[in-house]
Amino acid sequence: MKYLDEYRNEAVAQKIVDEIRRTVTRPWVLMEVCGGQTHSIVKYGIDRLLPSEIELVHGPGCPVCVTSLEMIDKAHAIAQRPDVIFCSFGDMLRVPGSKDDLLILKSRGADVRVVYSPIDCLKIARANPDKRIVFFAIGFETTAPSNAMSVWQAKQQGIKNFSVLVSHVLVPPSIASILQSPLNRVQGFLGPGHVCTVMGYEEYEPLAERFRVPIVITGFEPIDILEGTLMTIRQLEAGRHEVENQYPRVVTRQGNRVAQDLVNKVFEVCDRKWRGVGSIPKSGYKLRYEFRDHDAEKIFEVKEIDTQEPANCISGLVLRGVKKPHDCACFGNICTPEHPLGATMVSAEGACAAYYAYGRHLEVEQQPAEAAGA
Amino acid sequence: MCLAIPGKLIEISRDAHGVMMGRANFGGIVKQVCLEYTPEAVTGDYVLVHVGFALSKVDEEQAAQTYKALEQLQQLGELDIPDVDDADAKQFFDSTSAAATP
Repeated sequence: MKYLDEYRNEAVAQKIVDEIRRTVTRPWVLMEVCGGQTHSIVKYGIDRLLPSEIELVHGPGCPVCVTSLEMIDKAHAIAQRPDVIFCSFGDMLRVPGSKDDLLILKSRGADVRVVYSPIDCLKIARANPDKRIVFFAIGFETTAPSNAMSVWQAKQQGIKNFSVLVSHVLVPPSIASILQSPLNRVQGFLGPGHVCTVMGYEEYEPLAERFRVPIVITGFEPIDILEGTLMTIRQLEAGRHEVENQYPRVVTRQGNRVAQDLVNKVFEVCDRKWRGVGSIPKSGYKLRYEFRDHDAEKIFEVKEIDTQEPANCISGLVLRGVKKPHDCACFGNICTPEHPLGATMVSAEGACAAYYAYGRHLEVEQQPAEAAGA
Repeated sequence: MCLAIPGKLIEISRDAHGVMMGRANFGGIVKQVCLEYTPEAVTGDYVLVHVGFALSKVDEEQAAQTYKALEQLQQLGELDIPDVDDADAKQFFDSTSAAATP
């Protein structure tokens, strides 16, 4: 496919790797922000092509992973109502709440449906006037315009039986939170290319300046990630800390103003709790008051939920780049994609699930045997 | 989750509610796409699509430029001839000639 295949060219990838080898002189820790980038890195083994001086740690950019347990439990409570058709992106179905997941609820008779686009929920709402259609509106800035449009159109078209359960998160406050942590090791970032397609990258410039870290807005294909890595390493080696754009074929500095305008009409910034991380000030979106008739949190009064995370899950540390999946004693044995303990094992973009999907749990099992044989 | 893929716009229209929609071809699979956020896109353009919404036109000129730059990197890598002004290269030649001297 055009604009995909050429960015997977092995010969070009090798040349960039060679250039990275020529450039690097000492150890550096880089974080790729987005879960889609993590998936590509593990799928193509990009981290293993890089010289040993460069360590890639995986960031918090998987919205499925960081949706708070309270919000998941709230979704489950709403989905179980007999008057509700609960719609969601497919990757939320197996995210464990305190008790169940959406797939289990569906097997017990709840009307849970997977949609490709939030706008499809409006068709379901029109076709089912006696039901209340609730969409689980999660995501980063990339998804906010789509969710905003579904709410905007529902209001314009007078579709009263459609609401959204909003758990939107924002990237820049999470980067600031990572950099402020005493545990932080990250020295440079591969920025989230599709978030910046919508938002542009102006808001990353104060972060790069304040924390003196290079941030290179990067795409998702292997060549993109390697070039983003090269650009970040060049900055680090030269002592620079700027925002650069590796992904100009879709990202501009100002982003998509039309999309930003509608997002700002529908949503406002709020504090948001991140699963495994905790509350981060001004790190999310909630619906504006004018759209309260489409706000599932206001429509369905869900009483206080007592949530419980498994004590032995380290997904919070994985999400902040402090630990890697194989640092966890549960990884690949009691925690698998079939029976995930924590959110980073659930979504294909979670670091633990990506490591598992590409067989890295097998290497963990092999290591003691090799050591014994040596 | 932030997955977005480029598709070629093959049709533009408005739905019954006036929403600008279109159809895009993703390597043989054709899907409906909302075009409200890319009003500048015309048939034949490539658009980047996320959960049924075009978020941006793919800038063909920028894509070509980036790829050309990467290919040049490839050529340079293949040549791998150090510049004579390069300090390392100078050191290399100096050390080579020094080694050649008995």
